[in-house]
Amino acid sequence: MYVAVKGGERAIENAHALLADLRRGDRSVPELTLDQIEQQLALGVDRVMAEGSLYDRELAALAIKQARGDLIEAVFLLRAYRTTLPRFGVSEPMDTGAMAIRRRISAAFKDLPGGQVLGPTFDYTHRLLDHDLARGGEVPEAPTAPSEISSFRSVAELLANGGLIEEEAPGEGEVGDLTREPLSFPANRDVRLQNLARGDEGFLLALAYSTQRGYGRNHPFAGEIRYGEVEVEFFAEEVGFSVPLGAVALTECQSINQFTGSATQAPRFTRGYGLTFGQSERKAMAMALVDRALRARELGEETVAPAQDEEFVLSHSDNVQATGFVEHLKLPHYVDFQSELGLLRKLRAEFHARDAAGQDEAAMQDAAE
Amino acid sequence: MTGIDENPLLTVEDLTKWYGRRLGCRDVGFDLYEGEVMAVVGESGSGKSTLLQLLSGQMEPSGGRILYRLRDRSTADIWQMSEPMRRFLFRTDWGYVHQDAQLGLRMGISAGGNVGERLMAVGWRNYAAIRDSAVDWLNRVEIDEARIDDTPRSYSGGMRQRLQIARNLVTAPRLIFMDEPTGGLDVSVQARLLDLLRRLVTDLNIAAIVVTHDLAVARLLSNRIMVMKAGEVIETGLTDQVLDDPCEPYTQLLVSSILPA
Amino acid sequence: MTVPVYNFAYLDEQTKRMIRRAILKAIAIPGYQVPFASREMPMPYGWGTGGVQVTASILGPDDVLKVIDQGSDDTTNAVSIRKFFSKTAGVRTTTATNEATVIQTRHRIPETPLTEHQVLVYQVPIPEPLRFLEPRETETRRMHALSEYGLMHVKLYEDIARHGHIATTYAYPVKVAERYVMDPSPIPKFDNPKLSDCPALQLFGAGREKRIYAIPPYTKVVSLDFEDHPFEPYRHDAQCELCGATDSYLDEVITDDAGSRMFVCSDTDYCEKRRAAMDGGQQATATMGHGP
Repeated sequence: MYVAVKGGERAIENAHALLADLRRGDRSVPELTLDQIEQQLALGVDRVMAEGSLYDRELAALAIKQARGDLIEAVFLLRAYRTTLPRFGVSEPMDTGAMAIRRRISAAFKDLPGGQVLGPTFDYTHRLLDHDLARGGEVPEAPTAPSEISSFRSVAELLANGGLIEEEAPGEGEVGDLTREPLSFPANRDVRLQNLARGDEGFLLALAYSTQRGYGRNHPFAGEIRYGEVEVEFFAEEVGFSVPLGAVALTECQSINQFTGSATQAPRFTRGYGLTFGQSERKAMAMALVDRALRARELGEETVAPAQDEEFVLSHSDNVQATGFVEHLKLPHYVDFQSELGLLRKLRAEFHARDAAGQDEAAMQDAAE
Repeated sequence: MTGIDENPLLTVEDLTKWYGRRLGCRDVGFDLYEGEVMAVVGESGSGKSTLLQLLSGQMEPSGGRILYRLRDRSTADIWQMSEPMRRFLFRTDWGYVHQDAQLGLRMGISAGGNVGERLMAVGWRNYAAIRDSAVDWLNRVEIDEARIDDTPRSYSGGMRQRLQIARNLVTAPRLIFMDEPTGGLDVSVQARLLDLLRRLVTDLNIAAIVVTHDLAVARLLSNRIMVMKAGEVIETGLTDQVLDDPCEPYTQLLVSSILPA
Repeated sequence: MTVPVYNFAYLDEQTKRMIRRAILKAIAIPGYQVPFASREMPMPYGWGTGGVQVTASILGPDDVLKVIDQGSDDTTNAVSIRKFFSKTAGVRTTTATNEATVIQTRHRIPETPLTEHQVLVYQVPIPEPLRFLEPRETETRRMHALSEYGLMHVKLYEDIARHGHIATTYAYPVKVAERYVMDPSPIPKFDNPKLSDCPALQLFGAGREKRIYAIPPYTKVVSLDFEDHPFEPYRHDAQCELCGATDSYLDEVITDDAGSRMFVCSDTDYCEKRRAAMDGGQQATATMGHGP
């Protein structure tokens, strides 16, 4: 006799215990420490902070450990944690111009004030797997030299002085907050940039790539990419001036794009902007390209490509939402499946009945002849 | 049969549209009566397409007004009414035939669904009645009723255009806007379509504004004609009179550049 | 690292207030989708975060909570969500429909008729009934505002033209209080009649899509159809193998490799109660009481 299966609760508990066991793995192998992850897998940590929308290297490292290296799962953990944190205010706008530069390059000029500072980068490495790294061992300290320059004026600023590139004027009204108000369309640039900043790197990368291949081409140049630390300042009511809270590492990309003019305005370059936590250069560049593509509407350009489609891009950029919905297909759907089965059987029965009736008719006609 | 109203169906006064510093059209004015067909002709850049967008409520003018006489005989200023009201008018009292039929049809929906949509939008709830009405209209536009469940993707260009017309006429609109209705079609297909349009418009007493660069289309379809150039109205009058005996030099130029058939 | 201390039912009071405001708006405009700032929850989007946020916002310490998925209390996700509220709210939980004050459900309405003292919270994946006909949010918002629902009936027309029947078997669209067209969540169309004139308050939460909507008690809800192709609730023409019910929605169970099948009630509580009544009331109903 059929007995309804019970024990879902126990099954879940056992599954989680198995997960924890496998996560630890072979007990004779040393356990990962958060320090190791935070330092030696730094770019993974950077990505998790960027998409998790929370700057805390230790927590991001913990999330990666708990997620067994699945970065989107780690992002999810960080976001869920973020929800529980109280927000005590909004910082002053960050002055990326005052960044303590670790890396600053521009593809638009051969040389510029401050020079091309390569910093730590995979660029120009030969992608050959290094077996020395597998063995481990001493890594010599890198040579450094003190810098004579303390501030690096941005390329965009230099061009804007000559009127060659559009000015970025502060918008009117309140800055929108994606984490407090649901996204609605049409969306203004502030909310779009917030959405892109926490958007999935892979998704933005593909969209950016598509613009370069002709799906909404906007002729980009990497005006400036800079990476380094920027102070976070907070205006404290009680003392009446801004106090520094600390510094965060940021990557900023300013792109120089297709120039445009109108009857009332001389032609000038347009801009795209990307900003991420940590050294997430690929993401910052992709973000700048997609930002520029999404500005098609306000710049009066024809919107024909997916990267220019605001609703499409902004509705699907969040990988926590995306993975939730895609993976939710694993949840039981058998009740709805039953309904579909029922209809399908009915339609098939009708089809066969019609078919049989048709054959009967044909048989009768044959017999009549 | 109710008497035809003496008052015009559509009154346009000083209609003007600027795109920044570029002129769309300026100071256009005319009256259109029930059952009257007016052609607006000109070369590209003449402002005729702008005018059609303004008249059909799809683009707001920079100046002037458009007055429409509603079914209850009251007159309304198109751009003073609410957007819901305008959209409702657009779906019931008016029709719009696009040059590219794909813009005026739902390509993924069957022909029957395309024709029936407006009926369903105004509350028809009997499937058989909707389908019968769709069959009736397919017949009237000379589409084989066996194609009723096919989508317009499988239709030829001429058939798509005829389907678009059926989709517009099903709610018995009183005013139809047509944007180059025969553009992009073969000459023989054009002839057949024009013939159909002329019959339908006459039988159903529909007023129409037809934008076209083709004077032959204007001659065949319209009672009156308005010639435009660079956003200005050059000449208006009865179609045959204007085309046979143009007053303005520009009109003369237009007319004389038609190659004889 | 600061260890987080969780508020009653996880969400902070500010967030709950924001959600309750959205709920009030939803009740004031039956069937209308109210946008709300959905929070990131500890379970993934698509796995009930909308329903969980609604439940968290209305739960009080004296409430009794039932959570079902596919009609059953024992499915994995129902178990997980029930545990979540046990842990974060410490409320009493139950599997008995008639004992619950708040019932969170995925894809089914309980067979046992609900009362005025109950709230039914639905988990909704895609709140917009027009979404698959018109992917643009800007356009569907306008269609709702202007009551432009022709496209919805076009879809039903197409089904009949193609299949001879309306081919929607679940998430069957309804018209609420003669104004808004609404997606009742992926309940089988068998459950649609229960939506109308229900004594309980029905709340719908879509976390990922960030919408809340509601059907106030005793509201008229009509499934869309044509006069000559009227709406028909569907159930398998069989009875439950365990309790003999002929009026409940049935699950099909495959019993051997040859594909033999049998049918059992989808609503496990309903089935158990019927069996208990058959046994002369000797089987106790499973009521779980968890303290804080």
